[in-house]
Amino acid sequence: MSNHENHPHVHRDDEAQKLGMWLFIFTELLLFGGLFLVYSIFRAQYPQNFHESSLELSVTLGVINTVILLVSSMSVAISLTAVQKGNYKLSRLMLLLTVALALAFMVNKYFEWGAKFHHGLYPGSELMQLLERGHHLYFALYFFMTGLHAFHIIVGVILLLISYVKIGKGKVKSDNFMHLENAALYWHLVDLIWIFLFPLLYLIS
Amino acid sequence: MSGNSSHHITPYRTLGIILLILLSMTFVTIEITSFHLGAFTVTAALLIAGFKGYLVLSYFMHLKHESVLLRILVAMVFVLFALIVVITFIDYAFR
Repeated sequence: MSNHENHPHVHRDDEAQKLGMWLFIFTELLLFGGLFLVYSIFRAQYPQNFHESSLELSVTLGVINTVILLVSSMSVAISLTAVQKGNYKLSRLMLLLTVALALAFMVNKYFEWGAKFHHGLYPGSELMQLLERGHHLYFALYFFMTGLHAFHIIVGVILLLISYVKIGKGKVKSDNFMHLENAALYWHLVDLIWIFLFPLLYLIS
Repeated sequence: MSGNSSHHITPYRTLGIILLILLSMTFVTIEITSFHLGAFTVTAALLIAGFKGYLVLSYFMHLKHESVLLRILVAMVFVLFALIVVITFIDYAFR
């Protein structure tokens, strides 16, 4: 292989790095899977409460955030393709776009959560004490699931920014892009989880 | 040594088409769930979400061009999760 001649001391195993990332993604899928299971069980037990609670969520904000995440998922995929083709400028631009979209998602989330707190719809609030158990469970799950998801967004942004710097320094390039590839996989995972969170929390009522 | 020779580069065009399908599926879901047909709505919304997940895994996460081993591993995670859900619901239904 030509790489071998050029870099005789490089010790790298792309396949192993990718497999390791996927194994980590499996643990993430099962982590959220457990939460989806809890949601399904309580939804089956308190269908009426879950229905009423889900009407409190803003579908419009949910749709905007869904579109944001889908577009950002594509922009990070474009970034990876661009690096593989050696177009580093486009790649970094796409990473910046992805991060900007992620920040827009978080701003939306801030207003969404803010409105819930404003209306006293959070676990342990005075209003919650008066509502039935199903409402309490719904909002506990809502805050925990979207909160854990938002935490993943923050981690994803940090990973993407590290890739951005690495492309600039020439450490991530057309023949060595595993850092960006794994960061992108992580970002797609965040998108993947939201694809299921959105209909379950916002739409099915 | 670097093992890059087998890497498949996903064309920009493919990524754009997948995004358009994902966006249109999102709006189909919103339309379907506005009908309130009970169990049918839930099933339809989850089926569409499953299809969107499949597209993200296959094209954005490029599983389509990964090794058979990795694809089987990913499939097994979803099979495992499905089993956990089914067994838990059986437990709740018959206790």
